[in-house]
Amino acid sequence: MTLLLDAFTVAAVLAGLLFFVAGTAGLLRFPDTASRLHALTKADHLGLGLIVLGLAAQAESAGGVLRLFAVWALVLLSSAASGPILARLARRGGAGG
Amino acid sequence: MTAGHLADLLIAAAILALALGVVLARQVFTAVALFVAFGLLMGFAWVRLEALDVALTEAAIGAGLSGLLLLGAARRLARTGAPVDEKPPRRAQVVAIGIACATVTAALGAAILALPDPAPSLAPMVVASLPALDLGNPVTGVLMGFRALDTLLEAAVLALAVIGIWALTPNRAWGGAPGWTQPRATEGPLALLARLLPPFGIVVAAHVLWVGADAPGGKFQAAAILAAMWLLPWMAGLAAPPPTGAAWLRAAVAVGPLAFILAGFGGLLLEGAFLAYAPGAAKATILAVEVVLTGSIAVALALLVLGPAVAR
Amino acid sequence: MAEALGAAALLVLATVVAGLARVLRGPGIADRVMAAQLLGTGGIAVLLLLGAATGTPGLTDAALTLALLAAFATVALARGAPGEDGDPPA
Repeated sequence: MTLLLDAFTVAAVLAGLLFFVAGTAGLLRFPDTASRLHALTKADHLGLGLIVLGLAAQAESAGGVLRLFAVWALVLLSSAASGPILARLARRGGAGG
Repeated sequence: MTAGHLADLLIAAAILALALGVVLARQVFTAVALFVAFGLLMGFAWVRLEALDVALTEAAIGAGLSGLLLLGAARRLARTGAPVDEKPPRRAQVVAIGIACATVTAALGAAILALPDPAPSLAPMVVASLPALDLGNPVTGVLMGFRALDTLLEAAVLALAVIGIWALTPNRAWGGAPGWTQPRATEGPLALLARLLPPFGIVVAAHVLWVGADAPGGKFQAAAILAAMWLLPWMAGLAAPPPTGAAWLRAAVAVGPLAFILAGFGGLLLEGAFLAYAPGAAKATILAVEVVLTGSIAVALALLVLGPAVAR
Repeated sequence: MAEALGAAALLVLATVVAGLARVLRGPGIADRVMAAQLLGTGGIAVLLLLGAATGTPGLTDAALTLALLAAFATVALARGAPGEDGDPPA
């Protein structure tokens, strides 16, 4: 059972890492702000989400799991809200700065 | 080389690069964005040094509140039209500044290298005396027990800082509301966040304050979270900050240090020493003072970020 | 398991630090804020991974604090950006 849980953790954390790497690569390489924003939200939502899922399998108490998912929920909420704010900022032509 | 050393190198290099970026940035906004990132990385550095209490504070103050404070300052500066010196400094000036900075850096480096190994530490004494306070977190023990006077003075300094900032208020704006006016956002993502986040934030702040007795956390971190949650509705334009003339606002800033001083005199009466805690009642007293202090620090931090009252 | 999680934390840290180049390059305000936000989210992941690797529950609390304050900082940066409510660019 422990082996199975460990394997799940490794797989989920690795997948999360992949999304972080891909998100950062997108942020650095994509040609315009809108596509970069698209790349960023993948790292926010899925990268962190998969890592949280992986770590939840290792948590020792129900409270630990709850706190892990609370972190993810907070990030989901704030990232979902800040996406449109940033997009508006970019569309209004916040060049220079 | 272990993963830990690699992380240390990475963090140190990134901190230096960001510090350079902050100094060299041409626009205020870029400098502030870099400074926020700098604060986050400083938090990681404290995590690596196993100073979680400091890391929490750094993340809350350095990465959260300072950014808004600096942006507000830049905004005020632009509005007053204060002349900004655009002339590049003369070469002699540049050389002098460079030499002075290099001297300070060399002196700091020499001081670090000259430290005895192992460094002299009072940590064993703190850990040995901790059971007397019923606390599990040595940092809280030092802050609220063994060096409580320092913490009391720090709390008073925050109140003084609010007075200092309010002293900058122009005469015709005295007693008015602080902060710049925000365009209203009654719907949309910003308003949603400003309505949804504060309840979560208050719960997390209470948790951080409560676990501070036995684990990393405490009043300052909790207060920084509360201040940020108070500032969110203002930033969304959902709520206006209260006028600085309001009696309750001034009382809120003063009540924390006052409660601490009262607890100190209570110790003088009961135990014969200022800030001495009665045996058995130490933890209860500390927690009570911390709760009141948290409120005061939160209000003071928010007022520091909002700045002096502006004429409308 | 602890070593693997620690290595994962290091990798996430290296990734988001590399993303900081976007704060320097810009070109727009939104790009700079995005890189700062990625550093925040990555930082949360690093703290959670490190907390699991070292068995320090305090790090999860730090991640919670960071999640709240990162949301706040993003809003503050976006709202305080020059040009909002018609102020002259600062």
